[in-house]
Parts: sequence; structure tokens; C-alpha cells
Amino acid sequence: MSYIEVRDLRIEFPKFDESGKALEPKRALRGVSLDIEKGSFTAIVGMNGSGKSTLAKCLNGLLLPTEGSVTVDGMDTRDDMHIWDIRSNIGMVFQNPDNQLVSSIVEDDVAFGPENLGVDPAEIRKRVDEALKKVNMYEKKDKGAHMLSGGQKQRVAIAGAVAMKPSCIVFDEPTAMLDPAGRAKVMEIIKELNAEGITIVLITHFMEEAQEAERIIVMQGGLVAADKSPEELFSDAEFIKKLGLELPPAIELRDMLGMDKSVMTAAEIAGRI
Amino acid sequence: MSVEVKDLKYIYNPDMPGETVALDGVSFDIKEPSLVSIIGHTGSGKSTLLQHLNGLIKPTSGDVYIDGECITGEKKNLTEIRRKTGLVFQYPEYQLFEETVAADVAFGPKNLGIDEEDIERRVRRALKFVGLDYDEIAEMSPFELSGGMRRRVAIAGVLAMEPSVLMMDEPTAGLDPQAHREILSMIKTLQQDMNMIILLVSHNMGDVAELSDRVIVMSDGKIVMDGTPREIFGRRRELRDMGLSVPPAAVMAEEISSKLEGFESDALSIEELAEDIKKFRMTI
Repeated sequence: MSYIEVRDLRIEFPKFDESGKALEPKRALRGVSLDIEKGSFTAIVGMNGSGKSTLAKCLNGLLLPTEGSVTVDGMDTRDDMHIWDIRSNIGMVFQNPDNQLVSSIVEDDVAFGPENLGVDPAEIRKRVDEALKKVNMYEKKDKGAHMLSGGQKQRVAIAGAVAMKPSCIVFDEPTAMLDPAGRAKVMEIIKELNAEGITIVLITHFMEEAQEAERIIVMQGGLVAADKSPEELFSDAEFIKKLGLELPPAIELRDMLGMDKSVMTAAEIAGRI
Repeated sequence: MSVEVKDLKYIYNPDMPGETVALDGVSFDIKEPSLVSIIGHTGSGKSTLLQHLNGLIKPTSGDVYIDGECITGEKKNLTEIRRKTGLVFQYPEYQLFEETVAADVAFGPKNLGIDEEDIERRVRRALKFVGLDYDEIAEMSPFELSGGMRRRVAIAGVLAMEPSVLMMDEPTAGLDPQAHREILSMIKTLQQDMNMIILLVSHNMGDVAELSDRVIVMSDGKIVMDGTPREIFGRRRELRDMGLSVPPAAVMAEEISSKLEGFESDALSIEELAEDIKKFRMTI
């Protein structure tokens, strides 16, 4: 059994015209099956509207299948008995840092999740401090959340997820609104969390971020169009273009120089010159 | 056509506990049609600056002149200012609200009291500039379109005001690679075909290098650098200290030269870097 199992997952959103008459529903996912192993790092890419975020929301039961199933550690997301276990095991971090902080003070925000789980206050204190240290925001713990930059807010949102002690965190375009320094720090934290054994699912439009994963799932029109290692996926420039994606910069350069497909980074390019 | 900013200062919450100096003596001129990018870390004052240029906020001190006319003095006609300087906000597609694309693009000019015939001409022209076909799309609901197309419709709504200065705040943020390329080529078309000053705020250094005639760098409410993309992105270390970076090609050029003795490149695009590497290969 894999940690997360998605089986023939279909999601339909009902649509209505102005008079309230039901129209053909929007089929956001049209039969998706995949497994995600514990401790792995998976990137999901694809065009706007391809179903990436819908899929992410199914992983912790924010959306429930119209058809098919999603199980986490053997628990079905449609099972009311397990939904809170699933949500405390799979954390989520979204794109806009301004939309996901709930408290005005940094440490209160990080404590919000564990408080709702009924964790013992002394344990909460410990978890909050640890989580804030992990994202390098401990020294700002008593600051107002509105005083932080976008990148700092996003790190606090990650600390909020980490304080739940999840086994998996799903990131939905976490760097889209950040400046370069903020982006780099968030990616660094994601890699560290994965190194500590947390399963990572990263949705992104930046191919150089996707390249950091061990596996890339490409969504297109509500279906999985490709499920490959970065090396394999980015070896086919034509296919990438057809999917509306692009090559990471280092691989574009590699191809312009006519180097072989095993070269993946600028450092490796330097070694071949 | 010109933008002149003279010693602009803006303080949020003056005399209050949260007092913050957002702009601290900002001065620059743009005298001819060109694309000028403004870069800086979050909170450096970029967006506050844009909001001054179309009169959304008034400076604590200092002045802004658009086409030689001061827009920051007392009792200015703000409608006239906003017609001259169009501002495309971040994620502008969230501001679409009309039932059809044509009605949405026409909303601005209609509010200016322009006659019907001229409005239709403007809507057709604006949609053409953003690469959309009027006859195909005019009667569609904006909400039926893809993310990238919705964004272009929102930009057309600003272009229909026929501004002489177009300001765009993060026009490519959150778009997939294909929509991203579409917006870039749209901006290039505007540069070539429309005689206007374009001000671009972006965190995407690749876009900035590709599009800009000139780059202004802001930090802590001040202009700290002002030059061509090549001049600015050559000052890699200073940019990094400010929480900024350089285009992906320049990052790779740095990494390659650190591993390869004798290799130097000031490339800003991957094509340039590939050329420099090929030349270097001939010498060894």
C-alpha cells in the first residue's frame, strides 16, 4: 500500500445558467490514478485550469471525489471518522500569504492548528518554537503578522503547517507572489523538510522548482499527461512545448550546446565544456 | 510624452506607532517612449510609487509631472490624470465583472463620457493590441476564458483608456509558462506599435532583462541604481544583498565561470550565454 492512493478520481463542479437551470457540469478531474510514497518529493505542473489545484485539494479531503477514491495511509477521505486524522497528517500551504494567516501575532498564528487539535499547552509552546526556528522566523515570534514581507508571511504559513507535525505537506504555488530572496528561502525550506522525512507535493509553474523533485506529474485537461523523473520529462523538448510548459533554464542551455541528456545543471554543463 | 518625479516622499501612518517611510526622496525622469522596469524587494516602495503616478495616493512631499503637467498639486482633475496614466494592478483578472468581454473593456472609456462609436473603435483596437480577436471574443463572458486570456482582457480595459503612460504591476505572476510567454509577446507588441511609456514592476528578472530599456532599483524607499539591464545585472552582489537576483542566464554564467577558469560572460539571455560558451570552446 502506498501512502497516498488516488484511484480513477473524478471531480465535477455543478454549473447553472442565470435562471438556475442546471448546465453540463465542469469536469475538473476526469479519471486520475496515482500513488505517492511516504517521504517522496513530487512536483505537479500543468497549465492554468489543468486540474492541479483541484487534485491538491482532494489529497486532504478539502474536496471529495465525485467518483473514484483517495486514501491516505489507508484512510478514505470520504470517511467522516478519519477526515480529521487525514487533515492533521496532510498540511497545506497556498499561494497568497495574505489569505492564510488567521491571527495578528506570528506565534498565535502558528499555534492555531495544534490548539484546534487539543494539543497540551506545554507541547504547543514547544511545537511553535520548533516550527518557527525551522523556517528561521523565531526571532519574529511576537511581531504583528501584517508587519512581515510576503516571503516572511509564507514562512509563517509553513511553520503553521509544520506545527501540526504532518507526515505530508502540499504546497500550491507557494512562491508565485514572492520576490527572488523570498522564493529561494521557501524552496530551501521545502527541501529541508523533505530531507527530514516529510512527504512533499509541490504545485508550481516554475520548471526550475519542479526540477528539484524526484518525480514530476504533468496535468492536462483534468488528466495525468505525464508522470516521469525530471531527467526523462525534460529530455523531450517537443513534448514539453506541446504541454504548454517550458524547459528549465539549465536544460535549455544544455540543448542549445548540444550536450547529452544526462546533463541537468549549470555545474554539470561547466564540467563538459 | 514624459514622466517626471521630483523628490517624492511618502509616509504611511504619520505620527502614529506604525509610522513607515515608504518613499524617501525619489526622483527620476522618463523623457521618451520606452520600457522602464522598477525592481526591488517586497516593501521597497515600488507599488507605492506606481500609486502616486496615477494619483491614487498623494505624496507627503514632492511632485509628479505627467506630460509636463503637475498632478500632485491642489484640486487636480484626477479623472484626467487617470486617463493619461493607466495602471494594471496585480492579478487584474480578478477585477473583471461585466457579462461580456466587450462590455468589460468598454467600461473605462464609457465612464469618460466618450461617444458609442469611438468606444467601439477603442475596444476593437485594445483587444487587437493584446492579441485577441474582437469578432471571436467580444460577446463571450470573461469568465469562460483561460487565466492568461482573462488577464489580457483586463489589460485591454486599461489600454482602451488610451493612456500615454501604461503601468503594470507583476503582469506575469501566477501564469503558466505558455500564458507567461503570451503576455511577454503582448508587451513587446505594445512597445513596438504604441507610442507610450511603459512602467513595469516585476520580480521576474528574466522578464525584466528581456523587455527593459532601463531598470530602476529601489530599496527601502530610495532609488539605489538606475541604468541599462546590462549595467544593473552586472552588479550581482549588490542586488543579492538587497534580496534581489539576476536573470537565470546570469545565474548560470556565474556558476559556470566559478567552475571554469578563464570563462567570463555578462549574458542576460540563455541564447547569449550559449554563444559565449561556444566562443570560449574555440579558444581551448
